[in-house]
Amino acid sequence: MNGLIGHGALLISVAVIVLGIGAGVMAGRLRTQDWINAVYSAVYTNFVLVTIATGAMVVALVTHDFSVSYVAQVGSRATPLFYTIISLWSALEGSILFWGWVLSLYAAVVVWTNRRRAGALVPWSATALLGVSLFFAILLIGPANPFHPVYPVPSDGPGPNPLLQNHILMAVHPPLLYLGYVGMTVPFAFAVGAMLSGEIGSNDWIKLTHRWTLLSWGFLSAAIIAGMWWSYEVLGWGGYWAWDPVENASFMPWLTATAFLHSAIMQERRSMLRLWNVNLVVGTFVLTILGTFLTRSGIISSVHAFTTGTIGYFFLAFIALVLVASLGLVAGNSDRLGSAGNLDSAASRETVFLLNNLFLTVFMFTVLVGTLFPLVAEAIRGVKVSVGEPFFNRMSLPVVIVLVFLMGVGPALPWGRASRDEMRRKLVPPAAGAALLLAIALVAGMRNAYALAVVALAGYSIVANAREIVIGMQARHEARGEAWGVALLKLASGNRRRFGGYLAHIGVFAVAIGIAASSSMRSDREATLKPGESITVAGRTLRLKSVWGRDETQRSVVGATLEFVENGRVAGIIEPRMNFYPASQQPVPTPAVRSSLLGDVYVNLQAFRPDGSNVTVKVIYEPLVPWIWAGGLIVVLGAITSILPQRVRVAHEADARQPATGARGALAGLHANVEAT
Amino acid sequence: MTPKRKWAIAGTAAIIAVFGWMLYGGLDKNVVFFLTPKELLAKGTKGYDVPVRLGGQVRPGSVKWNDQTLELRFALTDGSSEVAVHSKGTPPQMFRDGMGVVLEGRFGRDSVFDATSLMVKHSNEYRAPKAGEKPQEMYRTLIKGSGS
Repeated sequence: MNGLIGHGALLISVAVIVLGIGAGVMAGRLRTQDWINAVYSAVYTNFVLVTIATGAMVVALVTHDFSVSYVAQVGSRATPLFYTIISLWSALEGSILFWGWVLSLYAAVVVWTNRRRAGALVPWSATALLGVSLFFAILLIGPANPFHPVYPVPSDGPGPNPLLQNHILMAVHPPLLYLGYVGMTVPFAFAVGAMLSGEIGSNDWIKLTHRWTLLSWGFLSAAIIAGMWWSYEVLGWGGYWAWDPVENASFMPWLTATAFLHSAIMQERRSMLRLWNVNLVVGTFVLTILGTFLTRSGIISSVHAFTTGTIGYFFLAFIALVLVASLGLVAGNSDRLGSAGNLDSAASRETVFLLNNLFLTVFMFTVLVGTLFPLVAEAIRGVKVSVGEPFFNRMSLPVVIVLVFLMGVGPALPWGRASRDEMRRKLVPPAAGAALLLAIALVAGMRNAYALAVVALAGYSIVANAREIVIGMQARHEARGEAWGVALLKLASGNRRRFGGYLAHIGVFAVAIGIAASSSMRSDREATLKPGESITVAGRTLRLKSVWGRDETQRSVVGATLEFVENGRVAGIIEPRMNFYPASQQPVPTPAVRSSLLGDVYVNLQAFRPDGSNVTVKVIYEPLVPWIWAGGLIVVLGAITSILPQRVRVAHEADARQPATGARGALAGLHANVEAT
Repeated sequence: MTPKRKWAIAGTAAIIAVFGWMLYGGLDKNVVFFLTPKELLAKGTKGYDVPVRLGGQVRPGSVKWNDQTLELRFALTDGSSEVAVHSKGTPPQMFRDGMGVVLEGRFGRDSVFDATSLMVKHSNEYRAPKAGEKPQEMYRTLIKGSGS
């Protein structure tokens, strides 16, 4: 029954999408309200239908309806309800269904918030969104159909991949990633819509696109950090990034989207980079599809790649189609994509933005080359190779160092032209921040040259960004006599996008410092301990208290209890475990982490004697790891700050009583169209 | 404006050229070949002391773990050839006889592959345990004998 409802809803949605695209072409050409309404209705109807299909899948999962192929594949009666629900995205078909649902949701929200907008931009954009939806709908009724009937109906299933039911972050990371990844479809749709409607020359569409990119970028940033955190907490090797193709797939569109967030401002303010911006938007979207292709087609062997199948060809065909169509559109609009503005001076924020775009793009290409090289080598020379971590680290470190520095220089320089005196006043004082952090790092024992450079330049840029905030506060304080706290709040709400940008920068610096410290100053030791024996790493002593085992609902657990010993007294315990899932051939390591502001003690249970007489543990001390997670949170706060609607002066009083926060406010903000920077 | 623009274009081109050169050099040095034991042995002396990824199955019954020196030894096979593997710091409980693994490391002149990292071939696809593959067996005794 669930299978029938789900599959039926998807079949109808294909028809609705096809009709909607037809109506969209008419609406774009004739611009009559009836056709426009028809497109919008198709978008809303598609959302309802895909929601029904997704709902049917969730019901099937929860009720253990093993007649549905996807449930038979990932469901199990022993799996707790929570993990049963999130197993919606634990394998290929379910994740494509979830993708389709997120896309239909985005499309509906985009259309709803912009439905009163005049012109052909929104109808054409809605048509583009339907076009992308069509691709995923075809996948869902074809090669990735999650609703295949299963005969005979099995009485139980294997449950989701143990790795995916071992940690709560699995409920957080994939939805965030989908919201970020799928969200990049919206800027792409706007670009297509703007080119088809002839509005590409206006700066209107770029403002709209900028806000939507910020939203997706915020989700994607959060997803990448959550993924790093998951890898750290679950995989047991004490690392958070390995340049795995899956990680690279999420990172590449992040880089191009970050570039766009900056270059879009160039277009708004200076009417520059029009062609470049369209290319960035299209490129970001293609990278998300390419990433999905890489991770979902099984073409690259990865720790967490899904199954092989025909689905890869669909993705390749779709990527080719998107590229050809976009190139055709760009060529057709080339007369409107010329740059109207010019660079006044090399000493300006514009220059820094251009360099930022250059380096972010170069960074993206490096990751792309490293990720695709194994494919090319196998296709051309027939050899199986992989590109090691050293390649990525060596290539990315210089770029990261330059980018961290530019993030400090950019906000400090004015638009247009900076005088010599202005440059001295703005660019010299932050060097104190660099000196301070460099000194701290040296005293703390950091010796790696790259890490020291990152920390020092982060110190420079933190001061440069914080100074911009302080200067703004000071101006308000002196001109209007506002208290410092009030001045900060007014400043933040007065120019949310710029303030959010500074905040996001500071978050990135925290992440950079956390990565520099934890990767260059990590110490680890491994030992086999009998109860009562201790191990000491980086001045922290752990004593094995006991080895134990117990059965839990869906798994069995073997664990060790270790005590932190400080000055002969017990100062807390830590319990690394191994979880055994019935469906898995090997246990899932479940390291335990004790975090503090300065660093993490990370303990992984490596091995145990079945009689409990000893265990082998690996103890890692990693400084400043929590800074990475905290920095990620600050980045997201920056993105939220930037998206929140700008207060309009007329509505000031009403706003003060009823602040436009939360989802409604954010949506209104995406709709709002005010000068922000 | 024109000379300025020329400089900008020259600068951009220089950065991209340097990067392209680094990219080429970096790839050349950091490409790791993925081999099976048979392919590794066929390389003869050329196979010694270069970083490779070695893929194959753990030969059943070959796993030896020394919990005092933390050394793991086993034989990796591709069905026709096999290579002796030595690894330090690898969690042995991740091991099932016959499972697929990918090792990263170097083949030493003593004809032992020294693995620096070991990846288990994870799969999202469910495969029913074959007879004799009961992961439960190894920890049952501990759970029964455990007081806590």
